[in-house]
Amino acid sequence: MPGKAILSGVHFMNGDEAIAEGAIAAGCRFFAAYPITPQSEIAERLAWRLPRVGGMFIQMEDELGAMAAVVGAAWGGAKAMTATSGPGFSLMMENIGLAVMTETPCVVVDVQRGAPSTGLPTAVGQGDMMQARWGSHGHYEIIALCPASPQEAFDLTVRAFALSERFRVPVLIMTDEVVGHMYERVEIPAEVPEAPRRRPQVPPDRFLPFEPDPDLVPPMACAGEGYRIHVTGLTHDERGYPDMSAEAHDRLVRRLCDKILRFRDEFTVYEAVDLDDAEIAVVSYGISARVAHGALALAREQGIKAGMLRLITAWPFPDPVVRSLADRVRGVVVVELNLGQMSREVERVVRGKVPVIGVYHAGGRIHTPEEVLSGIEEVQRCR
Amino acid sequence: MPVKAKPIPEAVPGVRHPMEKYLRTDRLPHIWCAGCGLGSALSCFLYALDELGWDPNSVAVVSGIGCTGRIAGYVRLDSYHTTHGRAIPFATGLKLAKPDLHVVVFSGDGDLFAIGGNHFIHAARRNVDLTILCVNNFNYGMTGGQVGPTTPLEGLTTTTPYGNFEHPFNLVHLAASAGASYVARWTTLDGRRLQRAMVEAMRKKGLTFVEILSPCPTNYGRRNKLGDGLDELRYYAKHALIRHGADPKEAEIVPGHDFLVGKFVDVEKPTYLEMYEAKVRELGGKR
Ligand SMILES: Cc1ncc(C[n+]2csc(CCOP(=O)(O)OP(=O)(O)O)c2C)c(N)n1
Ligand code: SF4
Repeated sequence: MPGKAILSGVHFMNGDEAIAEGAIAAGCRFFAAYPITPQSEIAERLAWRLPRVGGMFIQMEDELGAMAAVVGAAWGGAKAMTATSGPGFSLMMENIGLAVMTETPCVVVDVQRGAPSTGLPTAVGQGDMMQARWGSHGHYEIIALCPASPQEAFDLTVRAFALSERFRVPVLIMTDEVVGHMYERVEIPAEVPEAPRRRPQVPPDRFLPFEPDPDLVPPMACAGEGYRIHVTGLTHDERGYPDMSAEAHDRLVRRLCDKILRFRDEFTVYEAVDLDDAEIAVVSYGISARVAHGALALAREQGIKAGMLRLITAWPFPDPVVRSLADRVRGVVVVELNLGQMSREVERVVRGKVPVIGVYHAGGRIHTPEEVLSGIEEVQRCR
Repeated sequence: MPVKAKPIPEAVPGVRHPMEKYLRTDRLPHIWCAGCGLGSALSCFLYALDELGWDPNSVAVVSGIGCTGRIAGYVRLDSYHTTHGRAIPFATGLKLAKPDLHVVVFSGDGDLFAIGGNHFIHAARRNVDLTILCVNNFNYGMTGGQVGPTTPLEGLTTTTPYGNFEHPFNLVHLAASAGASYVARWTTLDGRRLQRAMVEAMRKKGLTFVEILSPCPTNYGRRNKLGDGLDELRYYAKHALIRHGADPKEAEIVPGHDFLVGKFVDVEKPTYLEMYEAKVRELGGKR
């Protein structure tokens, strides 16, 4: 039986499955990946579902190939995704850069586990956050979203496809083992609008494939549509032809960054928890934010007015949001499952205005609310 | 910013290349050295395309990185110059997302068989419907002539200054063993035969492979005292033996000895996509 693409209704599923369903609902019809814990449930679900909804699933020989296939499929006109965990994420970096440079819309999921190296294959981590930002060589901007629940994993995956088409950029879902494996209620809406691809508005003989619209994003002509364009990872001009001049390079790299940074309000999402009267702000994301949530109540019981900024858009880092937070609170606590990655960003934006304390754990387990509480108490004592 | 198109250079005044319709003439002259075999390989491909008579809008060329990889930039087709070694998986994604497209991978021996070797064997095993054209110039041309997976024993390269002591691949044997549906080898001297092989390979479904032996006078040729590009073609004329259907194992290339060219494999088997679609039909769906 051909399947339903959008499984509207209420389900009990884990974050990985929710990502798979979010992708299908968003119109993803190409998925290439290589098995890795704790991502496997995404691939397994899509191996089962995609053939039933007119899509293509392929298990590639490695993550280098998976990422390259996703970029190729996007140029073939598909909405395409891959999913992995740390070791595979490392292998994908070069072709994520290719997608950035060639302005290829696609979605990459990293279900983070304990790292470096093979680390803790089956246990949680959040140590790939900086790799998400800077993992491919060169200077670039990329969008990364961090779900904290299976429902949000579904919603953000749909969002990721829309943003990837809007900006012609790879969008990363930086989730983690616990969210990936956690079962919760997931409500899938009756309809999910499919994000359109920005199409050329002029005939092939007048089309310059990398000439941007006023918002700096060029329309995209896919293979076989008669535009016969050249696409290269080399620095290129508006025709898509290699141009090895420093001027062309600076112009291109700046545009690739500006097309995202200038419109950050469109995609910067966060959750403010009890921040209205907060004196101490926790900044966290993903599973760590859920633990921190519990610590807020403990702090309030002790009379510490604590609130939380939960980052949903991790990259580009929401500088304006964190800057205005620093104007309102007396101290900031960053909670994450690494030894201080996003906290560097927080410190950069806070600029020493208020103390910033990290509650870090390298991964393998989530924090306890008490650990977060002691961080809140510590920053409360700072004068 | 408006971009200025350069005037098309005329090698012989008033004479245009007959296959110009398939070339991005505004990108010429190309970057290749005098005497390099890449021009011949490209021109055979364009003649093959013309012979096939396909709508050029239905053909895509995917290249990796290297001198050969630059071919993608010169063809007036949908063309993708990807990352080093990843032309095959990129092409796999492209083909599976758009099955009515004819997808040709055109790349060098280092790109396809060193850094990208894993992708080649798996694409061949799956019989993905791709035509893979590999220019084998026995070294890494683009980066200045380092040893590659096809460099013959004792070959001099910038990273084997005392002579190569690694055993080289026999690409014909490798492609055949990995499961390619079609395997041929020609040299850039065999213009018409090479064109024919390309036509056959592109027309045939499944993973088809043509190895193109090609001079690199600037690097491999110079370091190994093979003379200029023309001298290397003379060497091919002297040593290439046409043996259709020969055992791929016997297609080793040893300098100073005769070597085999011809069509080694031409078999029928379902492609990856056909197998996938058959499964989908079993489920009662359509793709
Ligand atoms: C990941 C990566 N490693 C190394 C390089 C440098 N590099 C560019 S071309 C090339 C070798 C190309 O050799 P081959 O595929 O034989 O092609 P040829 O230039 O001989 O046609 C290398 C190593 C690169 N571009 N990317
Ligand atoms: S370096 Fe060799 S392969 Fe590259 S263009 Fe020159 S002759 Fe050809």
